[in-house]
This record gives sequence, structure tokens and C-alpha cells, in this order.
Amino acid sequence: MNGTKPKKVYFYGTCLVDLFFPDAGMAGIQLLRRAGVEVVFPDGQTCCGQPAFNCGYWEEARDVARTQVALFPEDLPVILPSGSCAGMMKVHYPELFHGQPDEAKVRAFSARVYELTQFLVEVLDVQLEDLGEPVKVTWHSSCHAVRDLGLKGEPQALIGQLANVELAPLTREYECCGFGGTFSVRHPEISGAMITDKIADATATGASLVLSTDGGCLMNVNGALEAKSSKLKVQHIAEFLWERTRAR
Amino acid sequence: MHAEKEIHFRDAAAKALLDPQLRANFRRAMDGLITKRKAQFPDPRDLQDLRDLSTAIRSRSLLCLPELLEQLEASCAKNGIKVHWAETCEQANQLILGLLQAKGAKTLVKGKSMVSEEMHLNAFLESKGIEALESDLGEYIIQLDGETPSHIIMPAIHKNKDQIARQFSQKIKDAKYTEDVDELTAMARKVLRQKFLDADAGLSGVNFAVAETGTLCLVENEGNGRMSTHVPPLHIAVMGLEKVVARLEDVAPLYAILTRSATGQAVSTYFNLITGPRGADEKDGPQEVHLVILDNGRSRIYADPQLRATLRCIRCGACMNHCPVYTRVGGHAYEAIYPGPIGKILTPQMEGVGVRHDLIHGSSLCGACGEVCPVEIPIPEILVRLRREATHDDVGSTVAGRGTGRTATEDWAWRLWAGVLKRPALYRVATWFATRFGRALPANAPLIRNWTQSRTKPVPARRSLTERLRAEGVSHE
Repeated sequence: MNGTKPKKVYFYGTCLVDLFFPDAGMAGIQLLRRAGVEVVFPDGQTCCGQPAFNCGYWEEARDVARTQVALFPEDLPVILPSGSCAGMMKVHYPELFHGQPDEAKVRAFSARVYELTQFLVEVLDVQLEDLGEPVKVTWHSSCHAVRDLGLKGEPQALIGQLANVELAPLTREYECCGFGGTFSVRHPEISGAMITDKIADATATGASLVLSTDGGCLMNVNGALEAKSSKLKVQHIAEFLWERTRAR
Repeated sequence: MHAEKEIHFRDAAAKALLDPQLRANFRRAMDGLITKRKAQFPDPRDLQDLRDLSTAIRSRSLLCLPELLEQLEASCAKNGIKVHWAETCEQANQLILGLLQAKGAKTLVKGKSMVSEEMHLNAFLESKGIEALESDLGEYIIQLDGETPSHIIMPAIHKNKDQIARQFSQKIKDAKYTEDVDELTAMARKVLRQKFLDADAGLSGVNFAVAETGTLCLVENEGNGRMSTHVPPLHIAVMGLEKVVARLEDVAPLYAILTRSATGQAVSTYFNLITGPRGADEKDGPQEVHLVILDNGRSRIYADPQLRATLRCIRCGACMNHCPVYTRVGGHAYEAIYPGPIGKILTPQMEGVGVRHDLIHGSSLCGACGEVCPVEIPIPEILVRLRREATHDDVGSTVAGRGTGRTATEDWAWRLWAGVLKRPALYRVATWFATRFGRALPANAPLIRNWTQSRTKPVPARRSLTERLRAEGVSHE
């Protein structure tokens, strides 16, 4: 990964960003372009297949995953604005395709997958200049970004580059927000207790914004904050970084 | 084929969540345990080294499990420990009853043993007129109230000091009300001391059984394990068949990581190495020692190369201490002998994945359990595998109740999901509708109403990312 930075990358939007956080997707692409990288967004993107995989419907997950892998034939990095979907494609695709005729092809694809902040820090080594007003934010670590994909503080490092941003940590930064995909509707009471605690933690930081890498967590946190008519807002890390650093 | 009577974790959990005292008790206790464990592992590399070693020892032991069990039986025999085999809990109970009756035993004093909980041994013996008294303080507390353990290491962790004070003043003869922990402990101690002296037999669990030497290792903090195995004339140890390790030197790393992971202790107060009955020139110890080795579904788990990892477990409880679900609902909500993440993978494999389908899904797959497991059991991966097993009857599968959790509704839902998502044109139509009309979906529609119990309805953006990129002309291929 040292030395030459790639000139061209693929961008995989993910279904949640596509449908609920398109601004985050746009921002991610802008951040990559500004770092001097050409971004290709192949047509035909739907979903990584994680919901079906996690529920045991592996044939259905594979059917969908196959159509997605086929969209990225060139040997280019594939960048996702989501730790969970990146974890699915990087870590769980090889399990899902274990013993399948196209396993080798899928493995080669998986090796090219990155979460956005991981790519910005590890590969592109971007330096950000903060142009925004002073603000206090808090950070929610996505479980899959940290535990599946193995992020090691890349998003926090990027936030740390912003001079006018104060990062107030959560008391339980690494505790799950309770989203868990279908878990949130199969076990709404437990999931509800988890998100209620998470937003109480976030509120207690005194921040005005909750940031995360993942659309699932953000949708969960945002929904619970809105239900409580909280002034606290959520934003995807890509959108936050882009908003604060773009020339106006 | 459908599972007979599915047990709904959701209902029990929902009930537990409404008990603020219970939630406060668990949160406080788990926070304490997390902090203490963390203090024992200041260097993450040292921790990883010890985990690697422990995982390797447990994996290696399982790899040659049948041979090690035979070796254990022979080594125990040499030491004067008689080994008995039980395939089912019923057989194990009958075996123990036989051993007690042969000695005319009427009272049994017990050290802590989760396998005996699995067997419901106390209730069984009671029905046969034999008193079984728990001597671990936590177990003693819950036995007074006829409860089951809510945690595998700290069985009474769901209760706080005040609740125990009230309970002791009501249930122990001549006890005065006090909230002083030392006084409460002294009260229990007084009762138990006499029971140790009077008991006809003692029963204990086993943390590690060493095949090479025929040694039964017992980890404990209260000395009740030593008393139960040492004072009465008959000692019966029970263990699951996975507990065996090859050599004595395998025990040291496992012991080191067990106590640190469980209670954040560098060592436990007592570590018993039991090598047989009282010798001819010895003044104390039991006259007879028996070891009952229980299967109860373990060999079925053993048969599957991935699921076998479940049997690496050394019962430290770190997974439950760190679990965001367990911390909130407590152990009883699982309606299982083993609660928490390890229980979530063990119970369905023992009882059937269909009847426990709801439990298998009672996880956000956050991975906190797998992250702290001292023997690196991939609990989230195994949960996903069991979700698969619950809904599919795959060729070659040996999982109990496989396929019995399948429903036509879920089948249809995933088929529809895949049908749309593998066809980008259909997906584009679906997102077009979602972005235009998604906000019109009622908040009380099925599934959405589960979400909106605690949150506002998710509202799709007015234009999807794909649609905007097409409009703005980002390069497509």
C-alpha cells in the first residue's frame, strides 16, 4: 500500500446510503476526487447481501452478491461508505462463497474492498483543512467497522485533523447501538433499550452532532433522537468531513 | 416440519427490560467485571499471546477428544477415581442416585457445578428423598428462593445486597436483618459449615480434567469446593465430556486466562487439584471419588467441524459480562441453563435450533463476545450458522432440529428480497417508488411498527444516490 497511490477507484454506494443517505455517498466521492483519484460508480448496484446472509438465507445472499461482484471487474480498490457492508464484502464473502465454483474470483474481489475512512487514511494519507465553525461532536463506533473490518481509529484520526472540531467521546463508545439489521425489528424491545441508552450517552456528551461510518447505526440513532424531539443531529462521517473542508 | 414449541426470548426479555432494579443490578455488576478484567490485561499483545495459546490448547484437546477421554479414564482408575459415562442427563442422575444409595447417603453438599444444573440434579434427588444443598454462596442464595443461576460464574448476580439482606432475614432461622456484607456472609457460613460436617456426600464440577495424570482441577474462591470434595466420605465430580486436556502443563495457561477473564482475578482464592480418595497414610479426604462424564448433546456438537468450537468454552462468562443484550435483560430471560452469548449458541445446539430460533436471533451480532472470548470462539459466526441451520435442512448437517424454524413467510420474504436485488432494473423501480412514496408508509405497518416503538419512521431521501449520480454525470461503466 506504500508508494504509489491508485489513480482510479470504484465506489460502492450500499443500499442504505443509496436510499437514506445519498449526501454521504456524494460526499465520499468528492473526498476521493479531491485527493486526486478518479471515481467510477458502476451501474447496477443494489445491496451487498448482508441481511440475507445474517439470517441464514445464503443462496439468496449469494445470488445478490454475485451480481454485485460482477460490477467490479478491474483490479481497482472498491470503496464503501460503510464499515458493515465493507466487512460483509471483505470478511464474509469468502465464507459465503466457500466451496463455490467462483470462490477464487470472489476472494480476489474481497481483497480489494476498503471502508472509506480507512482508504482515506491508510492509502491516500489525506490531510484536511477545517473551514467550518467551531463545533462539538461525538463519535459512535460501528461494531462491524471495528470488530469485523478492523478499523483502528481512522475516522477519529480524520476528525482530529479538523482544527475547529472538538470530539467528545461517548462513555460507552464501543457498545452496540442496537441496530443489528433484522434484530431491530425481530427484537424491538431489546434493540429499543440499547438505542435509548446510546442516545442518552450521546446527549450527555454535550455534542451537537453524532457521527458514524455506518448508515444502519445513523438511521437507528437518528430515529431515536427524533422520537425524543432531541436537538442532537446525526451525520455520516463522509458528509461531515466534506461539508467542513470544501471550498465555498 | 415445524419446531414443536418455540420458546420466545423476545417475550421474556421484554418483561425483564421493564424491571429497573434488575437492569441496574446487572449493569453495575457487569461494569465492575469489565473494569476488573481490563485491569488484568494491560498489554493487548500479552493478552493475544495468552488467547492464542489457550485456543490452541483447547483446540488440540478437542482434536483428540476420544483418545484423551479414554486416557483420562485409565489415569483416574490408577488414582482410585472411578469414571462413569452418561449419554443423557437422565442417565447421569440415575448414576449419581445409585452411588448415593449404595452408601446410604441422605444428604449431599454441592460445590458449584453448571453441569449439575443442566441435569436438574437437585430437583431429581429431592424427588428421591435426598437433600442437595448448594454451598457456593451465590448458589446458596438462589437455592433459598428456588431460583436458577442468572450467570454461570455469579449465579445470584441479579440480586443486590438489600434484596439478599431481606431474603436472609426471612429464610434463615434466627437470622437478624442486616445489610452488612460480612455479617450476611457469616450467616451463610454458619449454616454451611455444619452442613459440610454433616453431609453424607459431596458433589463438585470440574474445570479441567487432565488425561495424563488423572487430575480433576477445580477453581473456586470460597473454599466450599475444597470442603465439598474433602470432608464428606463420598465425592462425586460431574463434568461435560469436553473438559479434558492432555497434560498438566496445559492447565496453567487456561487457569491464568480463566480467572482473569471471569472475575478479573490473577488467581482464584482456591485451586484444587484432586487426584483421588484418601490414601492409607492420610488423615482426611473422601473414601471414594467418582467422576461422571456427561454427553448431553456434546458429541453431536463435536461432529461438526465449525460448531465444535463451541466446546472450547472454559465457562469464564466474559462473553455475558460484555454482552449489551445480557447486560440489559439478565440471565433468566434466556430460559436456559447457560445464558448470554455462549448460551445463545450452546442451548439451541442442545435443545434444537427450531425451538430456539427466537433466541438465535436475539443478537445484534455486535461481536463483543467474540472479541473477549479467551479461547476465541467465533460466537457471532456460529450464530449466523445456527440461523442457517434453523431455517434449512442441509445435506450432511448434524444439528439438532435443523430446518424446523423455517416459515413460509420468511422464505417468501427472502425470495422476494433476492428477486428484486439481483435485478438492478427492478431495484431501480423499487427505489424510485421508495423515494417518491416511502414517506407515505404508515408508521404502524407490520415490521415498521416494531421499529417505531422507539424511533421515528425512517424516511427515504427524495432522490437516491444512484439517481443523483446519473443526473450529475459521475462516470459510469
